[in-house]
Amino acid sequence: MKVAVLIKQVPDTDEVKMDPETGTMIREGVDRTVNPLDLHALEAALCLAKKGGSVTVFSMGPPQAEEALRECLSLGADDAVLLSDRAFAGADSWATAVTIAAALRLSGPFDLILAGDKATDGETGQVGPEVAAILEIPFATHVIDIACQDDQHLVVSRNLDEGIQKQRFPLPCLLSVLSDLNEIQLPTLEGFRNAWRKPIRTFSREALGLPREAVGLTGSPTRVVRIDHPRFTRKTEKYAGTEIARGLDRVIEILREAALL
Amino acid sequence: MNFQSKIVMIFGEVRTNGRIHPATFELTAKGRELGEALSDNSRVSVILTCGKLEDDAHLPINYGADEVILVEHPSLSFPNPEVAVKVLVTLIRERNPEILLSPATPQGRCVFPAVAAKCRTGLTADCTGLEIEKETGLLLQTRPAIGGNVIATIKTPNHRPQMATVRPKTFPVPEPRPRKGEIVRPSLPQECFQSLADTLDFVPFQDRQASVRDAEVVIAGGKGLRRSEGFSLLRELADLLGGSVGATRPTVEAKWIPYAHQVGLSGQAVSPKVYLAAGISGAVQHLAGMQTSRKIVSVNKDPEAPIHRIADIALCGDLYEILPQLIQRIREERGTLDVEI
Ligand SMILES: Cc1cc2nc3c(=O)[nH]c(=O)nc-3n(C[C@H](O)[C@H](O)[C@H](O)COP(=O)(O)OP(=O)(O)OC[C@H]3O[C@@H](n4cnc5c(N)ncnc54)[C@H](O)[C@@H]3O)c2cc1C
Ligand SMILES: Nc1ncnc2c1ncn2[C@@H]1O[C@H](COP(=O)(O)O)[C@@H](O)[C@H]1O
Repeated sequence: MKVAVLIKQVPDTDEVKMDPETGTMIREGVDRTVNPLDLHALEAALCLAKKGGSVTVFSMGPPQAEEALRECLSLGADDAVLLSDRAFAGADSWATAVTIAAALRLSGPFDLILAGDKATDGETGQVGPEVAAILEIPFATHVIDIACQDDQHLVVSRNLDEGIQKQRFPLPCLLSVLSDLNEIQLPTLEGFRNAWRKPIRTFSREALGLPREAVGLTGSPTRVVRIDHPRFTRKTEKYAGTEIARGLDRVIEILREAALL
Repeated sequence: MNFQSKIVMIFGEVRTNGRIHPATFELTAKGRELGEALSDNSRVSVILTCGKLEDDAHLPINYGADEVILVEHPSLSFPNPEVAVKVLVTLIRERNPEILLSPATPQGRCVFPAVAAKCRTGLTADCTGLEIEKETGLLLQTRPAIGGNVIATIKTPNHRPQMATVRPKTFPVPEPRPRKGEIVRPSLPQECFQSLADTLDFVPFQDRQASVRDAEVVIAGGKGLRRSEGFSLLRELADLLGGSVGATRPTVEAKWIPYAHQVGLSGQAVSPKVYLAAGISGAVQHLAGMQTSRKIVSVNKDPEAPIHRIADIALCGDLYEILPQLIQRIREERGTLDVEI
């Protein structure tokens, strides 16, 4: 099975800054890592491709996103594709999906595309389903289990609010996965060594044949128009030791005000 | 003021038991308000897709809808994003809504991105605020970003519809009042109802508890519980208040409780009326999912724990002493009420 995994490099710390001019994130000078859920997607891909096949990781981002791709190569991915071009900067989820979909078309076809259910920085969870819609293939979000039924079908479990839905999907399809899916492995020393021998291809906007108007900030239907730094100022009432009983009175009052009692 | 007819569309949610999800009413009322700010001649349409509706289709009208578009089909008995996407895209092309909203439930978060991609328009995820900009008539969509550290305001200037998913419990649900409106059953091409993926099985969750996202009160626990059994204490309290149990990531990783209960950056974002955090330190990644809660109560024996700093009521002490007392107090409270009645 030929599997593509979409991975995003995200900030490792909480000290993310925003560019007040453009309202987009400043990515320089912050430790970065592979979005945690994307590692679960990679693990599933490696598992599915074990019986024959290949795993290609894709990431759109600045040149340093190559580090994230290397990390995936050291975990066992076969090759990697970096989508990097100044013109891609400031993309919202739609423009990101357009770019990724073009790269998947160019390097495909793939039997299966895996993504994380959401990224810890964008937190939109939109890129996966948007890519699927653009490629016109069926998709599922909230995936917690993937099993092969036969050469042409997967049995997929989704964790929804009301219960677990089990669905049969034909290939090709796209699945956005949650961490319940599997346990992620740590890279081995050998993996690290191998990673440097594996190819990373880089595609620019031109290589993908995408018009300037379709990508990056220019291609994005949404605009961030304001960034506020909320201060959740609450007047904290603190209770300790013998005051706890009084604190509990206040909790009861709050519950009553909220019509919960 | 604009006198042109403008449509605000709400993608309502019907549960697998055929009942309308209350977040539908919340968004319908908000949609009415947005519509009125948009034009003197606006229309609010609520789309309900399901196998078979077991509620009164008129209900959304009492919360402000002018029209309920009811799409019942066996292919929609279980969540079917493929079909939902096709139904929505068809209705959007027919009716050209200005604004299209959905609750940020798994259904909305799954279906809406695909709809936005097909319609080549923008979509803002998990909004906690919606407003019409006076000068432009554009929808201002606010959402917490980067783990709630910033609030971003986003708009979709040139593409239609302006789409957003909205975190349930963001807006107040008004009292329903009898109103007039239409119930429409559109005839859609048969092709809309065909899907490549079929549902083999749907196993509803056993615990009758509301999901953390839908609950009015969330009783959440962290590593401070020290063992998985600690969650039964939280569940007792949650049951007493008709709420739900939340959890931090390490407790989920320790398999004390399923992932669905995880609150935070890599879990659910919630804003209940009351959030009680017991044995939770208050790491930014956890705060990201709960700091918009109306009221926060913290129970932690470490007086310096960051969770105390963002709480309305901070109780410094052992949760295994404090929570049983709270349960006792609530029982007494209920008891005295019973006596009074
Ligand atoms: C990318 C990323 C994403 C993450 N996403 C999430 C997420 O979605 N959700 C999340 O929760 N975390 C998330 N985390 C983890 C987060 O950083 C913290 O590690 C986690 O929230 C801490 O959980 P905790 O409060 O249960 O545990 P701890 O930090 O260990 O806190 C336990 C607290 O319990 C108190 N305590 C101990 N015993 C008692 C007692 N008897 N009575 C009262 N109090 C007691 C202690 O004083 C302590 O403050 C994420 C981390 C990363 C890096
Ligand atoms: N720039 C990107 N490059 C590659 N994959 C991405 C990118 N952005 C998002 N994704 C994929 O889409 C998932 C959801 O991301 P998001 O929509 O940003 O929450 C991620 O977990 C990735 O699998």
